[in-house]
Amino acid sequence: MNRIKQLFQEKKNILSIYYTAGYPNTGDTLQIAELLEQSGADILEIGFPYSDPVADGPVIQASSKQSLDQGMTLQLLFEQLKDLRKKVSIPVLLMGYVNPVLQFGVEKFCEACAEVGVDGCIVPDLPMVEYEEFYKDCFEKHNLSNVFLITPQTAEERIHKIDGLTNGFIYLLSSSATTGKNLEVGNTTEAYFSRIKNLNLKNPTMIGFGISDKQTFDKACSYANGAIIGTAFVKAIADGNLEESVSNFMKKFKD
Amino acid sequence: MKYKVNEKGYYGDFGGAYIPEMLYPNVEELRQNYLKIIDDADFQKEFHQLLKDYVGRPSPLYLAKRYSERYGANIFLKREDLNHTGAHKINNTIGQILLAEKLGKKRIIAETGAGQHGVATATVCALRNLECVIYMGEVDIERQAPNVARMKMLGAKVVPASSGSKTLKDATNEAMRDWINNPVDTHYIIGSVVGPHPYPDMVAIFQSIISEETKKQLLEQTGSDQPDYVLACVGGGSNAMGMFYHFMDDENVKLIAVEAAGKGVSSGFSAATTYLGKEGVLHGSRSILMQTPDGQVVEPHSVSAGLDYPGIGPQHAHLFKTGRGQYVSITDEESLDAGLLCTKLEGIIPAIESAHALAYLEKMEFKGGENVVVCLSGRGDKDLDTYIKYFNL
Ligand SMILES: Cc1ncc(COP(=O)(O)O)c(C=O)c1O
Repeated sequence: MNRIKQLFQEKKNILSIYYTAGYPNTGDTLQIAELLEQSGADILEIGFPYSDPVADGPVIQASSKQSLDQGMTLQLLFEQLKDLRKKVSIPVLLMGYVNPVLQFGVEKFCEACAEVGVDGCIVPDLPMVEYEEFYKDCFEKHNLSNVFLITPQTAEERIHKIDGLTNGFIYLLSSSATTGKNLEVGNTTEAYFSRIKNLNLKNPTMIGFGISDKQTFDKACSYANGAIIGTAFVKAIADGNLEESVSNFMKKFKD
Repeated sequence: MKYKVNEKGYYGDFGGAYIPEMLYPNVEELRQNYLKIIDDADFQKEFHQLLKDYVGRPSPLYLAKRYSERYGANIFLKREDLNHTGAHKINNTIGQILLAEKLGKKRIIAETGAGQHGVATATVCALRNLECVIYMGEVDIERQAPNVARMKMLGAKVVPASSGSKTLKDATNEAMRDWINNPVDTHYIIGSVVGPHPYPDMVAIFQSIISEETKKQLLEQTGSDQPDYVLACVGGGSNAMGMFYHFMDDENVKLIAVEAAGKGVSSGFSAATTYLGKEGVLHGSRSILMQTPDGQVVEPHSVSAGLDYPGIGPQHAHLFKTGRGQYVSITDEESLDAGLLCTKLEGIIPAIESAHALAYLEKMEFKGGENVVVCLSGRGDKDLDTYIKYFNL
């Protein structure tokens, strides 16, 4: 069985961590994955950087730029992940924008993901219609889950369509925002989370964007199967010793 | 109609709407409504009334005598420089502001390169009393200072874009981020025929007034509405698309699109997209863009801020790929020299963007007597600093 499916069957309050490949140093990608698993992360989302990340706020923009300036490429990322499955057993997704995937070649990209043991992808600027028409077969052939985003403005009919098209989890944005905004769970957000919960979707849901501490994480877990942390983690590993900064960061989410 | 958009939002292999889910409701709202709104008789009446009384249309089609003597062909200049605010950009912003009002939007955002689109947007926002935020690259804020002052006078907030090359591409990224963060009350007035469907089509429709008028004016002045050539510069490609629009299906009219070669197409400092680019996705559509083999967007260079963009609109990519349009390029120096030549011969100081189109006349060979229309997309007031420095004036 697919690693993602299995995880959601076995576990609640799932903690997924996003980080940018090749940041803070080009060679850090795999070590961060190992450290995160050791300190209790349930899913990893490894970002492959892009020069024009329109859905990202300043922190992830900066980490992407630094990574690219230091020579990161998608090709290099797959080389870095060659031994991924010798060292990491939790689900791993790649997250990034569509243009680098197009240049790499969709077929070749899916093959490379399968080869290194990546379980799925999140490509925010790849629309559902394009996915259905040109990518889906290839993703399914290589047993890759494609995760779609929904926002408080996503219509119910569309949410059901997304639910039918994906087989990993659904990425629930706490609000329509670029990455790095703080989660303010007011009445409208709670109403939105409850509305989604009551749709009884076939896929599990993960809440993302603006989760930064134990309190916001717990809150998110009360409405969904877990939550995703990105910006706060990227900030935390900006400088200093990775072993220390990763474990210190992860400690905050332990009881 | 073979070069127009299809029902899926594509021009051949190009177009589509590659946007994150956060933008989907806004773009979908536009897609479902733009043709209905534009085709409405009241909308058309108000749009054309404003183009006439406020913008000053129709813009003249001027037979440039001394140019014509120089080249041995009839050179007509379509005088978009005489529009209110000094460029073709206002045709689009008038259209989009009326559309935004119909959609009930309260806040307007836009990106700008040369500042012409920013000024044109700030102008219509003042006119209709809507809040206005303009994103502009830090480099462009410096080289287009008069336009920054104009936008501020008009009541717009000018926000510097400080990422990447700090030019038009980065301003566009920032505007998209703003729209993601303000998903309900905001309309994004994109300034060229770029962006996710339906923007390229919508902007082309608003700019098509340029060729609509040109056809009538040519018929009056030459007895035929078919010129031999039409020329226009291409940043994202809106003045060119406006100029080409009603000629696209007249296959005997040659369409020439002039890109910015910067310091030369092989210099590493260029914005000649069709020459240097490959197919890919930028700012919401599949088109041709300058990029590395890894799919990272390459930072362009042009002396003209309005052409300093690493992509072109999807419809241009289609015209290029099908061979319907001829895509050429002109260097910084050639354009500045052409700007001075136009000033000396015709008493018109052109925008450096438009001077790229004029510069290509020097490279064409005429048999004699051909009718040639050049889109003079804007006036050069905003570029005086650059001209002064280059020519030591
Ligand atoms: C005078 C003028 N011409 C041309 C352009 C390029 O834009 P487009 O290619 O969309 O016409 C600009 C952009 O700022 C401009 O100001």
